[in-house]
Amino acid sequence: MTTKNNKFKVIGTRPIRHDGTDKVTGRAQYGADFSMPRMLSGKILRSPHAHAKIISIDTSSAEKIHGVEAIITGKDLPETANSDGEDRKVTLGELSTDLKYLREGIMATEKAVFKGQPIAAVAATNVHIAEEACKAIKISYEVLDAVITAPEAMKANAPIIQEDLRTTELGEKLNSQTNIAEHLQDKLGDVDKGFDESDIVIEREFNTSTVHQGYIEPHNCVAHWRDDGRIHIWNTTQGPFNVRDATAEVLNVSLSAVKLTPLEIGGGFGGKFEPYLEPVAAILSKKTGRPVKIVMTRSEELEATGPTPGSNIRVKIGATKEGKLVAAEAVLKYEAGAFPGSPVAAAAACVFAPYNIPNQSVDGYDVLVNKTKTAAYRAPGATNAEFASETIIDELAHKLNIDPIEFRLMNASNEGTRATDGTKFHNIGLTEVLEAMKNDPHYKSDLSKPKTQNKIRGRGVAVGFWMNAGLQSSVNLALNQDGTVNLTEGSPDIGGSRTSISMQAAEVLGIKAEDVHPSVVDTDSIGYTFGTGGSRTTFATGWAAYEAAKDLKNKMIERAALIWDVDSNLVSMNDGVLNTNGSKNKSMTFKELAIEMNGSGGPIMGQGTVDPKGVGKSFAGLIVDIELDTETGKTQILKVTCVQDCGKAIHPSYVEGQMQGGTVQGIGWALNEEYYMDRNAKMSNNSLLDYRMPTSLDLPMINTVIVEVPNEGHPFGVRGVGEVNIVAPPAAIANAISDAAKIRMEVLPMNPQAVLKTINENNRKL
Amino acid sequence: MATVFIPSLMIDMTSGKQRIEVPGSNVRDIINSIDKLYPGVKGRLVENHKIKPNISVAVDGEISPLGILEKVAPNSEVHFIPAVGGGAN
Repeated sequence: MTTKNNKFKVIGTRPIRHDGTDKVTGRAQYGADFSMPRMLSGKILRSPHAHAKIISIDTSSAEKIHGVEAIITGKDLPETANSDGEDRKVTLGELSTDLKYLREGIMATEKAVFKGQPIAAVAATNVHIAEEACKAIKISYEVLDAVITAPEAMKANAPIIQEDLRTTELGEKLNSQTNIAEHLQDKLGDVDKGFDESDIVIEREFNTSTVHQGYIEPHNCVAHWRDDGRIHIWNTTQGPFNVRDATAEVLNVSLSAVKLTPLEIGGGFGGKFEPYLEPVAAILSKKTGRPVKIVMTRSEELEATGPTPGSNIRVKIGATKEGKLVAAEAVLKYEAGAFPGSPVAAAAACVFAPYNIPNQSVDGYDVLVNKTKTAAYRAPGATNAEFASETIIDELAHKLNIDPIEFRLMNASNEGTRATDGTKFHNIGLTEVLEAMKNDPHYKSDLSKPKTQNKIRGRGVAVGFWMNAGLQSSVNLALNQDGTVNLTEGSPDIGGSRTSISMQAAEVLGIKAEDVHPSVVDTDSIGYTFGTGGSRTTFATGWAAYEAAKDLKNKMIERAALIWDVDSNLVSMNDGVLNTNGSKNKSMTFKELAIEMNGSGGPIMGQGTVDPKGVGKSFAGLIVDIELDTETGKTQILKVTCVQDCGKAIHPSYVEGQMQGGTVQGIGWALNEEYYMDRNAKMSNNSLLDYRMPTSLDLPMINTVIVEVPNEGHPFGVRGVGEVNIVAPPAAIANAISDAAKIRMEVLPMNPQAVLKTINENNRKL
Repeated sequence: MATVFIPSLMIDMTSGKQRIEVPGSNVRDIINSIDKLYPGVKGRLVENHKIKPNISVAVDGEISPLGILEKVAPNSEVHFIPAVGGGAN
């Protein structure tokens, strides 16, 4: 289906982003900037305990504080059971969840299950009074034992976090009380036979930490429950429709009662799909009759939003002495947080995806722990899993004395290769990525020498896989009389998607990208559009723009035919010029027809809606040089090259930006970032002073190499580009540390303490 | 007939068979055909006339957004696999 003509006029160019001026001049309106007349400030009182029964809540003192307008507790949220007494399920985008869990995450009723869980909320005339009132609310708790890692939570005697939870195994619910929400399994071939046939087998167990997305803008919202019963919300979100739907379900109102206007978004990386604040602000607004604004602090962000899960992963891989992979086995234990929903299914789909291995077995467990519920984070689940598998792949290559990229090429998945779940890959670009890595000047260069005695250097490589997503999108186009086009869409613009979507419409219409004016609109003003995530926006919303542009183009052809009094079959439109093919030989530019629009039938609009298949799966690789200080254990990144198959790069600058951003976050996972949990299951480093993300001072320039293997499932060959680039860095850096220090790292982050501990454990003399 | 790959967690329901060939022009037909051979399979996969929330169906290697309505060709491969939610549920 890929367009055969690769000589695009707009696609592949680098126009200035439509929202660029607003953002660099500070005109763009973010949630913190938004206010309304008579608006109140909201504040949430959160549990100080990771696991505790709520014995009593006394709000009487707080209610007496001057300026306090309303106080709510969990009892103010509507019941979640249906008329039969069964808990309702809610569909949120592609998945459903128990409404009770969603509601309890927003505000606890009987039990707190993670530190930071909302217990009550206050609306007051300013935020300081709201904070004072929160302090005046008296809550009595019975503290319970907490559990914070998946292996601990899976033990028979572990504290039970949700008493009614039962394990689900592919549609079947088991009977016992447990912290395991789901067990999944994929098998391919005969893994025992595969290991018997292997000449070399390596098995290791890995542990990775909880990591936050670290977006610069905290969650925020303003909610106004109006007199007519409609609820208007302004917020920062990746998924306006997802949050609208969830808020309506929690408030037990119809979907159309909620209108959500997304404001500009200061990053999300998967973490801004959840309705943390909106139902709370809405109920406070209903109680007071005034708009209510809530903005999270950074500590609230870290403790009470959705980071990526910590995990425990065992991986075993076998190969022949010739270097052919024969068997692979993984057991993935992922922390869900206090409610079900870790990305372990994605992890299972990714862990061995880069390789053609005839015998595979993967077991995955979604495990409840007393932490905030995990959310999506850039290729969710994949980075943990492929850190483990890519470390062992590298070790196999070295033990077999085969170049690590060559070893990967010998075993690379290609079109027709069966993945762990048995499905066959369509056209993919892993081989092309590996070839580009092998031929890159970085890989061909010699590793430079350290300048001081206590430093050693190493080079590592790794690849990563992510499946990407399709899902529903809608786009409307309206022709203006000056020959420009207004584009309305429902995809919040995080990384330049206004422009990448506009470019696809412009390509079809034969006009400049600058002549398309994109707007991200509210949920009343566009058809359903799944959120900006899953590397889907340029793929799916771009496809909707392509369909809308084709629709607009056809209507313009019909209008020209009317003006020229010819059959529309005789009219064509190419490169923004309409022509008749017949004897009349007429011609008119796009802009000339726009001028003729009024008086020849009125407005011309195009519409595109999609729920597409044809998703193009993605691979990316990383080459990294590091320097390790053998006295301190600190790892410094010296040089990095990210190579990624993006299908077709609609706007190469934004593709490169995604590659650099994903790589930087992956380096953060690798070297610094983690939730330090104390013995009471509380996060000790709940500020950005102590939660250490990489800064520009920590990093060199991230070199990028775009590989284009067009996705045959998309009109312009697009694959998603936003996520797969985070996957390889932790494994590549671990492999570089191994190259330098001859140790194998089995934990993330590989901070100085972890590196020194591993060196000591391996009793290596550096 | 389409080839259905039975998930490992369900092969106890198909007498250990990992692949089954059954007739059907869409996923709904396919599931009904399997259920005739192995009663109970439909209840394991379908709820309220839809594929259960934590399960996806892939036809010829592609996750279907249409679920039980997805068309199936005579030589198609059908897989029932864990749904990938990405932690966004």
